[in-house]
Amino acid sequence: MSALHDLSLREAAARVRRREISATELARDAFARIAAVDGRVGAFLTLDEAGALATAAAVDRRVAAGEDPGPLGGVPIGVKDIICTAGLRTTAGSRILERFVPSYDATVTARLRRAGAVIVGKLNCDEFAMGSSTENSALGTTRNPWDGARVPGGSSGGSGAAVAARECHAALGTDTGGSVRLPAAFCGVAGMKPTYGRVSRYGVIAYASSLDQVGPIAREVADVAVVLEAIAGHDLADSTASPRPVPSYAAALEGSVRGLRLGLPREYFVEGMQPDVERGVRAAVAELERLGAAVEPVSLPHTEYAIATYYLIATAEASSNLARYDGIRYGLREPRPALTEMYEATRAAGFGAEVKRRIMLGTYALSAGYYDAYYLKAQQVRTLIRRDFQLALARCDALVTPVAPTTAFRLGEKTADPLTMYLSDIFTISVNLAGLPALALPCGFDGAGLPIGLQVIGRPFDEATVLRIGHAYEQATAWHRKGAPL
Amino acid sequence: MSALEPVIGLEVHAELLTRSKIFCACTAEFGGPPNTNVCPVCTGMPGVLPVLNRRVVEFAIRAGLATHCAIAPSSRFARKNYFYPDLPKGYQISMYEAPICTGGWLDVLLDGGTKRIGLTRIHMEEDTGKNIHDAHGDASLVDFNRSSVPLLEIVSEPDMRTVAEAGAYLRMLRSILMYLEICDGNMEEGSFRCDANVSVRPVGQAAFGTKVEIKNMNSFRAVEKAITFEIARQTDALAAGERIVQETRLWDADREETRSMRKKEYADDYRYFPEPDLLPLVVEPAWVADVRATMPELPSARRDRFTRDHGLSPYDADVLTQRKDVADYFEAGVAAGAAPKEMANWVMTELLRMVREDKLDRALVIREWPLTAEQLAGLARLVQAGTINRNTAKSLIPRLRGTSRTPDELVAAEGLAQVSDRGAIERAVADVIARHPTQAAEFRAGKDRVVGFLVGQVMKATGGKANPQLVQELLRAALTG
Repeated sequence: MSALHDLSLREAAARVRRREISATELARDAFARIAAVDGRVGAFLTLDEAGALATAAAVDRRVAAGEDPGPLGGVPIGVKDIICTAGLRTTAGSRILERFVPSYDATVTARLRRAGAVIVGKLNCDEFAMGSSTENSALGTTRNPWDGARVPGGSSGGSGAAVAARECHAALGTDTGGSVRLPAAFCGVAGMKPTYGRVSRYGVIAYASSLDQVGPIAREVADVAVVLEAIAGHDLADSTASPRPVPSYAAALEGSVRGLRLGLPREYFVEGMQPDVERGVRAAVAELERLGAAVEPVSLPHTEYAIATYYLIATAEASSNLARYDGIRYGLREPRPALTEMYEATRAAGFGAEVKRRIMLGTYALSAGYYDAYYLKAQQVRTLIRRDFQLALARCDALVTPVAPTTAFRLGEKTADPLTMYLSDIFTISVNLAGLPALALPCGFDGAGLPIGLQVIGRPFDEATVLRIGHAYEQATAWHRKGAPL
Repeated sequence: MSALEPVIGLEVHAELLTRSKIFCACTAEFGGPPNTNVCPVCTGMPGVLPVLNRRVVEFAIRAGLATHCAIAPSSRFARKNYFYPDLPKGYQISMYEAPICTGGWLDVLLDGGTKRIGLTRIHMEEDTGKNIHDAHGDASLVDFNRSSVPLLEIVSEPDMRTVAEAGAYLRMLRSILMYLEICDGNMEEGSFRCDANVSVRPVGQAAFGTKVEIKNMNSFRAVEKAITFEIARQTDALAAGERIVQETRLWDADREETRSMRKKEYADDYRYFPEPDLLPLVVEPAWVADVRATMPELPSARRDRFTRDHGLSPYDADVLTQRKDVADYFEAGVAAGAAPKEMANWVMTELLRMVREDKLDRALVIREWPLTAEQLAGLARLVQAGTINRNTAKSLIPRLRGTSRTPDELVAAEGLAQVSDRGAIERAVADVIARHPTQAAEFRAGKDRVVGFLVGQVMKATGGKANPQLVQELLRAALTG
């Protein structure tokens, strides 16, 4: 593999900086790759070739002038279509925002630009990030690059698929209940959900405000580290963004895992799991032990309540967050002579079935007379789930689990049964409820040749240790080097 | 049926005079062409987040301290969810279970003394935009300039039993907010809005009657009339054996009645929940102490001090302390040598009349007075010293307005000083008695009132410059001597 799009993000950036290749060449190659394969993948909803080439030319001028083009200088990157990009359509995968063009950049978008990234386009996702397969997108179907009959995972399915298909060197996704980690696992790439508050949410179209977090997807853990470093940190536009300084994640990769204590939560190896997945994850744990980590069993006793808790809190917040799509100021409007009829017609036509289901669930959970039994109770259980992790992570430096109970399933396989679909997130959702950082990375293949994902969960704001574990594992294995057979 | 007593509670929304809005950097200034003071945050664009303006918190702490509230060390914003075109996010960021200020009170001055009115809570919230109907055919337009302008909601206990108490509470509250320079108190422009909760119950009954909320009152008079109307309506209804329905009624200023509001098309369930985009608001004791250190003397304290230190009546002290700028003016006059009682009279009659005529009281702080405190004090001093009489002094006001002249200069330059020369006045007195024998005789016969007429004649004869006290004294001496 010698094509430019096969280079790692770090290698591509280094070659631009050394003037061995130009950012313009990289961008042209990315668009050629997209033209060649995206018809089969369907990762992108919007491409910005003119904008990308202009940015690439600007990077090339800086390099020529002897300036530092930035850590992502000249690297083609894709952005999940739920993250605002000034002047570039941002749909959240929804009919209601199908023609919405923001006038402002999300903080993460601005930080990508500042780091020299070349944004090639916007990536498909489940509508308003609600889903686990990207099948809830109203605007297109994304296929798994390993098997076009299978889903890429969700909700950041376009991000996972584009990186796996080598259409861009990295992508941003968002993760509310597993939406970065699940597509990373299903597509055989690395993806991180940072600690809640590590990355600004400003300009990220909100699904569930207390759970949403932006995270990078790339083909190698070290590339994830570079992108995370570029987007993380305090932001005056987001009160929930932490003012803690951002360490050098790239530098943190170098240590070994020798002496680290890794916890294996017994609740994460359950009956009904695909046997290949359990085998792959247990083999990865053995590999980490071989590298010097100490592995011990731990318990997260409230795990069984995580899905119910999540679907009360996330839907409650969503019911409020999505109220602004009312046909008044922007987005879809179904004109009607009376206001209430206009609201109803617009939202009926603009939202898909899963979004409506979650708005109704959340509205119910917050309603007078039900608030204490549902929303408040869920917040109390959330505290218990958080405490489970605090106790486990007081003993252990990190926890190691599967990302999902299965590998990528078939398109259409679970769309008829939302509850089965919700179970795809059973190992990722608790991490969002607890606000912790977690990394997904490939740890093998099942009998059908589909990637299996390993999850490493860390202490709050200890992305560095999580990345170090992932990097050490990756260095010792070759899973990440096997490209999707496109 | 036993006698009924009204129970009144008031909810005030005060728009705060911060430079920027509560959750974004847009200017909070009133006016401006529609949708010019807006940004993605206050128009609820996708993905935007609120950031709390710390100045709003400071203003809330000021209001809380001034009304004897407890300032919560930790409070929390909440979302109030409902759909309306002027509400861009589909929810209003307000406070619900954990407001910043709780449990305060105000002492209001009434004819029969003072009464303590409890304050339930004060919380911060954002204002909505404004719908504009009928300007463009069938279409309604929305102006978001006002969207996210900071508000304090100040909720009283249902402690008021008369319209007078409600009026006194409302005036006192407005006066305090203006003293604190956090609200301009303008009811017509809507920067100080009041809703009233009114119920009636048999005297002696502990439980409250069914309450009715009244909205849409944009002046003190409207609030007082609406409450008066509502008390009468409820009293009549109960007398007729009807039940009071818990509802919201709108005050119709033209018809002078409250009307039941059209039934809302959505249920009144706001689905409040803690705002996840903002952290709990932590107010350290040091912050409260800093704000306390900058608090001005408040109207009630100043009122008490004016009666104590300046010997004013409680009524005069109350009038003079309703506005901080007027109270400051009065004290500047006293500092310039005017006797407090004399200065108080000049301020309350002449100055406040000019202020009202020129509508100067619309400003939060009057900076340009028709007459400086030193000029008015100069007039007061000249009258006190007997140099000029009160009428002469009044006649000088138009000539002092807008100039830097002192009353002393004017009196000297124009020879306006009173004639206190006994000889001259005695001659005028003798002349007047000689020309009005009838009145002189009436006086001597015991009709004391007639002396006023004779004093007037002497004043006229001396061109108004004679010292009226001396004239009276010499007249009485001449008539009885």
